[in-house]
Amino acid sequence: MTTTHEDRELEIRELERVTIRFAGDSGDGMQLTGTQFTRTAAVFGNDISTLPDFPAEIRAPAGSLPGVSGFQISFSSADIHTPGDEPDVLVAMNPAALKTNVGDLPAGGALIVNSDAFGAQNLSKAAYATNPLTDGSLKQYSVFEIPISTLNERALDGLDMTSKQKDLTKNFFALGIMFWLYERSMDPTLRWIDDKFKARPVIAEANKRALKAGYAFGETTELFHTHYRVKPAKLAPGRYRNITGNEATALGFLAASKLADRPLFYGSYPITPASDILHQLSGYKQFGVKTFQAEDEIAAIGAAIGASYGGALGLTASSGPGIALKSEALGLAVMVELPLVVVDVQRAGPSTGMPTKTEQADLLQVLFGRNSDSPVAVVAPATPAECFDLAIEAWRIALKFVTPVVYLSDAFLATGAEPWRIPDLSELPGIRVETWTDRATFQPYERDPATLARRWAVPGTPGLEHRVGGLEKADISGNVSYDPDNHHRMQLLRQEKIARIAHDIAELEVMGPERGDLLILGWGSTYGAIRSAVERLQAEGQAVAHAQLRYLNPLPRNTEDVLRSYRRVLIPEVNLGQLLLLVRGRFLIDAIGYDRVRGKPFRIAEIYQEAERILAEDRP
Amino acid sequence: MTEPTRSAPPLSPENEAVIQLTRKDFVSDQEVRWCPGCGDYSILAQTQKIMPDFGYPKEKIVFISGIGCSGRLPYYMNTYGFHSIHGRAPTLATGLKAARPDLMVWVITGDGDALSIGGNHVLHSMRRNVDFTMVMFNNRIYGLTKGQASPTSEFGKRTKSTPLGSIDTPIMPLTVALAAEASFVARSVDTHTEHLQKTLERAGRHTGSSFVEVLQNCNIFNDGAWRDFTDREVRDDRMLVLEHGQPMIFGKDRDRGIRLRGLHPEVVQLGNGVTEDDLLVHDEQALEPYLALILSRMFWPDFPVPVGVLRAVPRPTHDQLIADQIRTAVASGGEGDLERALNSGETWTVD
Repeated sequence: MTTTHEDRELEIRELERVTIRFAGDSGDGMQLTGTQFTRTAAVFGNDISTLPDFPAEIRAPAGSLPGVSGFQISFSSADIHTPGDEPDVLVAMNPAALKTNVGDLPAGGALIVNSDAFGAQNLSKAAYATNPLTDGSLKQYSVFEIPISTLNERALDGLDMTSKQKDLTKNFFALGIMFWLYERSMDPTLRWIDDKFKARPVIAEANKRALKAGYAFGETTELFHTHYRVKPAKLAPGRYRNITGNEATALGFLAASKLADRPLFYGSYPITPASDILHQLSGYKQFGVKTFQAEDEIAAIGAAIGASYGGALGLTASSGPGIALKSEALGLAVMVELPLVVVDVQRAGPSTGMPTKTEQADLLQVLFGRNSDSPVAVVAPATPAECFDLAIEAWRIALKFVTPVVYLSDAFLATGAEPWRIPDLSELPGIRVETWTDRATFQPYERDPATLARRWAVPGTPGLEHRVGGLEKADISGNVSYDPDNHHRMQLLRQEKIARIAHDIAELEVMGPERGDLLILGWGSTYGAIRSAVERLQAEGQAVAHAQLRYLNPLPRNTEDVLRSYRRVLIPEVNLGQLLLLVRGRFLIDAIGYDRVRGKPFRIAEIYQEAERILAEDRP
Repeated sequence: MTEPTRSAPPLSPENEAVIQLTRKDFVSDQEVRWCPGCGDYSILAQTQKIMPDFGYPKEKIVFISGIGCSGRLPYYMNTYGFHSIHGRAPTLATGLKAARPDLMVWVITGDGDALSIGGNHVLHSMRRNVDFTMVMFNNRIYGLTKGQASPTSEFGKRTKSTPLGSIDTPIMPLTVALAAEASFVARSVDTHTEHLQKTLERAGRHTGSSFVEVLQNCNIFNDGAWRDFTDREVRDDRMLVLEHGQPMIFGKDRDRGIRLRGLHPEVVQLGNGVTEDDLLVHDEQALEPYLALILSRMFWPDFPVPVGVLRAVPRPTHDQLIADQIRTAVASGGEGDLERALNSGETWTVD
């Protein structure tokens, strides 16, 4: 197909899916550039999936390798589940960005570089002995060298700004080029600029000019001979918005508070990558949400327990290191049996690890990282949008079973985005809260015969004054007890209460044949990569299925049956085999682990190849 | 400026009953299990005795404790109670009070619980002015773990964990509370029952963080820790009972006082040209706690030990400030609308 752009004949190529990676200095605004492209693609109606990848350093030395920040977006006219294994296009704003990212660009991929940034100083900061733009090392790519800084500065000529300020807008020039290349409207971003910089008209003008200049450059330059079209995806009908996992998590908790008709109290200590939940919830004051930035992780959970004790929805969130600090208090919540939700947005560890990088290695910590047998329910969303549903589900379980629930997200889910079909309020599940008020029959540790939830009486209820605490409780009366048989009974009761949640949650669903050669079992954010790999294997006619656990404790009641329906079970995890250990220990099933802990989500190809390898072993 | 008091709960049929409550109504059915002769018995008794005076029904009162001998107190109060974990009682109280401003909350703690493992929470709950009354039993020893040095143990103190003497300088609890901006700071003694009752009652009536250090005797692991100045025969000569607006006079014959020389307090004998006019006059309501800080550092044997209220100043409480922000948000943007929140940002429709 061709179209006429003024006097140029341009080819338009239609593509199903495109993956772009923006990479530059952490001060270059790459996250913003990626986010703007994402919003534009989402509003256009593409399916999208994103992978922000940034350093923990706020501003590492300019031009240095550790300071490189990247944002990958995949957008498509079909249903997609991952941000793409490898980019089709890499936008590199300087040599360091090129060096750290070009390895992921497949041969033939498009490489757009800001040639102005390839001076001797930047080359040396990136440890390039020779200039890669001239030494032939990039010849396997389609390289587009564009003097972005110079062109951008020229476009901003006459504005009352320093050249440094002008240079800060060059990311929008690059974004303008990409908008042109992929036939995107600039309008959403122009509106965003107007809104963001309404108090600073010169800055707004500069950003708008940069964006438009980049777009115009794409249109008029002789560099590009093609531009690309990715049609809207056929998503289920409904109203959509673009959402990250952390946003969906916060909204889910807000909705849970509304559904339970109980105020939300959020105790939290700042930690990457969970802090955005605090930022968002602190903006919901008009809903009566009370947020509390505590002095430490322990105070954050302590306050949440106190709020729950008072009848509110006591919520706390952190990442692995903070969860370690909270563990004694979480044990207290197990003992006093109060509803509580603890969010763990997992990141790469151990210790401080790689704070901005993803991992799913806290599963055993939240299950077993407390003194004694201390059972809690554990749920794990599989996609950013699903974070909303699981946040509500966590509260439904916590309130129905009067128990702490751990909600396991991770850095990839938290910061990654996808389109979310906004639910109608009527679609949301009801959450029933039962507190005890009857004086005649109240015993603090008497239990509901079906759920084993203890009778929960909140302070202020006349005649039900009683004491709870971390010391072992006598069954029924809740008085302090050192009776040996009582302790044994209480340990079993606490365990059984959590086990009974299995009767109250959805069964494990399988995508693919009900029996077959291979089941790939995952949990959490590995969903997209596994699903895509399985789709590919199924398209090749392989008897392969996919199941993703949303409930890690208790496991869905049909889990063992599902696992036994396949000759082999493969469990890919971004840890060293934690679910694998549980599955093997619990069911004596000889599942196979596949672990990659690189601080990055799985690639589809990795899982595909591993599955292929196992299937090949079994072939006669 | 007068000290603010927590407004009495609204009168209701139940409140009629409150007026009739006596100490016995606040005694739980649990057997008290402190060592015979422990100072905790008196603190418990005085606490139960004053409870009816606040006008709160039993169900609106919550006692929260940490770990240590003091931690058992909530079991013995016939109110709501929460025996939490070591050092963390202030955090639970903070969340509870934020969620439930209508409750009267007490935090029961000890020198190890409050100043060692829970030091951070004392600091931050006080600076936030969380509306609770913290009663810290100070016996200068770890009792429940059987006799190790505590953060208030004397330098050089020989204990099971410090056989050659403690090498840690003790901290002064009241100085810590003042440094943390506590709006009410007081001290009393377990055996001085009348004074203890009066002090606890004032603390309970204060709106905001109240910190009360109770000098308490552990007759098993640190017997006589305070005897040198609290015993009946010597207390008048070795303790200074603070009274707001009164000159600082002490002694059986009320013939000695505290005078300021430069930045330092000194003990002076009245007479020979020294009159009451030369003495420091106690002002618990001073907005800046200079005087209270001086008093918090005075201790036997260099000085008579001050007891009573060192500081009582008005300050908005944590739960009030939270509620104010919510009111402001609602006033400017209206009540939250979940549907609007879900649909915020850019949306698009797929048919």
